Parts: sequence; C-alpha cells; structure tokens
Amino acid sequence: MASPLSQFEVKTIIPIEAFGYDISFTNSALAMMMTLVLVILFMYICSRDLSVIPSRSQTVLESTYEFIAGMIGDNIGQEGMKYFSFIFTLFLFILIGNLLGMFPYSFTWTSHIIVTFAIAFFIFIGVTMIAIYKHGLLKFMGFFAPSGVPKPMLILLVPIEIISYLSRPISLSVRLFANMMAGHTLLKVIGGFVFVLGANTFIIGGILPLAFLVALTGLEIVIAFLQAYVFAILTCLYINDAIHLH
Amino acid sequence: MDIESAKLLGAGIAVLGVIGSGIGIGSIFAAFISAVGRNPEAREHVFTMTMLGFALVEALALFALIIALLLLFVF
Repeated sequence: MASPLSQFEVKTIIPIEAFGYDISFTNSALAMMMTLVLVILFMYICSRDLSVIPSRSQTVLESTYEFIAGMIGDNIGQEGMKYFSFIFTLFLFILIGNLLGMFPYSFTWTSHIIVTFAIAFFIFIGVTMIAIYKHGLLKFMGFFAPSGVPKPMLILLVPIEIISYLSRPISLSVRLFANMMAGHTLLKVIGGFVFVLGANTFIIGGILPLAFLVALTGLEIVIAFLQAYVFAILTCLYINDAIHLH
Repeated sequence: MDIESAKLLGAGIAVLGVIGSGIGIGSIFAAFISAVGRNPEAREHVFTMTMLGFALVEALALFALIIALLLLFVF
C-alpha cells in the first residue's frame, strides 16, 4: 500500500531544461493551470448575457464580487478598492486550488510550502514597499514603536514588534500549507484504515472508518473555503496596516 | 540516548503545543455562543470574525504539528 505522503510527490509530465535549470512541466504546474482555466471559465460563463435582472450564474458572480468588495471595504476602506483585483484573484486562485485537491487522484498545489511561501513572501514584500512608498522610511520605522508607550518598555517592545512583523509571511504561508497537508494526510491515513480493516473483516469493519472519512472530507471542504478566506482577509489586514500605519 | 529515540520523544513533546489551541478554540466559540445568546440578531455579523479567529488559532496548532513532523522526518 502506498504511503499517505506519496500524494504530495511532484512528478514531471513534460521534462524541459533551459540553461541548466530544470523547468519541467510537473503535476503541480498542471494543477495550477487547471485552477487558472477553471477560474477563467467560471468568470466567462457567468458574465455572458449580463442583464439588470441577473440570471442564476450572474448572481453567483455578483455575490463573489460583493463578498470580496465587502471584505476590502470593511478592512481597508474605500481607498483599498484599487487592490480589489489582486485580492479577488488571490482568493479565487487559492480557493479553487484547495478545492481541486479534494477530487480523488488529484494534486493539491497549495500543500507545498515553497508555493505558499512564495505567494506570502511576495505579498509581504509588496505590502512593505507600499508602506515605505506611502509614508517614507522613517515613519515606517515608527510603526514598530506604538505611541503612548513609556520609554523603558520600548527597548523590550520594538524587537518584539519587529520579529512579529517579520513572522507574518511565515505564519501566512505555514497556516495554508499545514492545513492542506495535514488534512490530506489524515484523509489518506483513515482511507488506509478503511482498506485494511475492510479487507480483514469482510467489509463490516471498514464501515466505521468510512463514515469518519465522509465526515472528514466534508470538514476538509469547509477548511478549503476557510483557509482561502483567511489568507485573503489577512492580506487585506496587512494592506490596511501599510496604508494606515496603525 | 540515540538519535531515533530522541526524535520520537521530541516529536511527542512538540505536539503538546496543541493544548493551547484546544483552549483557544474553546474560548473563541464560547464567546461566539455567548454573544449570539445575548443578541441572536448579531449572528451573521459575529460569525465572520469567529471563523477568522478559529483559523488563526488552528494555525498555531498546525505550527506545533509541523515542528513535530519536521523532527520526525527531516532530522
């Protein structure tokens, strides 16, 4: 029986090499491309024949738009709407990426730390650059020393604030990666139990783990939505911190 | 003590960190239930923040799990 961790293996489908670097087309790249195609297809099909009285699919698209616009409006304010397309793309990409992994024999590209770390790292760099560009380097450094703090406490507080700021990309990426990896590993482990118990007790013993597996799959789908939402809303909060320093 | 047993012990101790997450999630949902109990109209309003708080606390439990897996399978 295969190991529960073999689902995360990156296999090359089309080997490509350029200047000594291995840039082959892997199953991870295929999953990301399918995510992209699904997102574009969803938006294209839902936005055909737009009318004032929306059809069902137009309502779905408009609800998604309203959801993200509401999230940005609550957390950044109206000036945050210029980041709308970024947050919308981020949310839908991660959401469909998470959900694609729920299909059997599929690949969850969000369960790789290097991928989520790349996304979180560039969000961190982008947000820091927005803050420095908007407020200048000196006022940005003042972000780490909140107002109304007595001077002796500053010596303790500023390093803690800096470390906590630098840990943002790590926590953002590890949250998504660990949720996806742990969830899928758990599903495969329980699935292994179903098989082993069922094979040794004429199927009767496999029913209880199977029921557990069904409940866990439902939970994993909820977690897929939740993690995409948390990633997007934390990005909004970081942009809010950058635009309105504290 | 050889490295294998040290790894297993380390992984076991690292997972104790999820105790904090258990307390945290219980605390968040206790606050949510209490808020909805006092004011059932506020349910949708508070639910969004509850889910955000839940995911943030859950992340800490998963950090502890990642350290345990790191100890077991990488070192």
